[in-house]
Amino acid sequence: MSRQTSRLDAKKVNSELLTLTYGALVSQMLKETENPEDVNKQLERIGYNMGVRLIEDFLARTTLYLNMQPTVTSWSSSGDEFSLVWDQCALSDWVEMPNNGLRYCALIPGAIRGALQMVQLEVQCWFVQDQLKGDAVTELRVKYIKRLEDAVPAGED
Amino acid sequence: MADDIVFELLHSEIINYALDQSKDNNNDKKEVDLSVVEYIGFAAGYKIMERLTREWPRFKDELDTMKFICTDFWTCIYKKQIDNLRTNHQGVYVLQDNAFRFLTNFSNGHQYLEFAPRYVAYTCGLIRGGLANLCINSVVTAEVQSMPSCKFHIHVQRT
Repeated sequence: MSRQTSRLDAKKVNSELLTLTYGALVSQMLKETENPEDVNKQLERIGYNMGVRLIEDFLARTTLYLNMQPTVTSWSSSGDEFSLVWDQCALSDWVEMPNNGLRYCALIPGAIRGALQMVQLEVQCWFVQDQLKGDAVTELRVKYIKRLEDAVPAGED
Repeated sequence: MADDIVFELLHSEIINYALDQSKDNNNDKKEVDLSVVEYIGFAAGYKIMERLTREWPRFKDELDTMKFICTDFWTCIYKKQIDNLRTNHQGVYVLQDNAFRFLTNFSNGHQYLEFAPRYVAYTCGLIRGGLANLCINSVVTAEVQSMPSCKFHIHVQRT
């Protein structure tokens, strides 16, 4: 058996490493705070920070980051609210959840909120269904709040 | 499959998280506790190694394992091979990467040299975790003398 034939697929390895690293981070956070609600908040904030920076890369390259193609459904009649539905997410591979209120993928709504804020859209993002909690699919609700206007930075006239 | 930039951003957010934690835990602002970053690297390294070597022929010896780290493992994660591997054949290995992925975005001067340890801690853990799963207990430290070059020292612990 030669090693040359069993070369590793770098894309796949990186993707798996991301999943595992994220998992290690979440479990570390749970160990430190023990309050799942705090962990949700921290994950959301981390997602937000990532989204703020990710949008620039997205506008430059328009790429798919997690290789997920969620379906867009359930538009509200006023057109300011919709759902993103997916049944597979790289982040939640190999994950089994304790039933403690943790929102494992809280990174994703955070990233959406952060990224949209950078293009002057304020939105709210929350989970309606979550596969890790036994639902058939994962459904993320996105609600448009308002368009952000350019404003003078605080402290300047 | 996830894009590389997501991993890079997550990596820097993990560092931020550790900085926040150590700010909360001690009043001495100078000291930054990077053990959390190292531990997250360890946990990820331990598990990824299990997947990487699943269909791999058994390693001949310790040196063979190190060569795997320097070539295939490094190429997958850091987009290049280790530039130099040295060993004293007594359990000390020095892996030198002349353009380490997490440091290449920084200025090459001395300006940010003091922050370099933050960006290598995860990788130290990753190597340690990977080796631990192959039954090699080690202590991994890193040394950055000039950006973006980095040397990882692996001390294998024999009992």
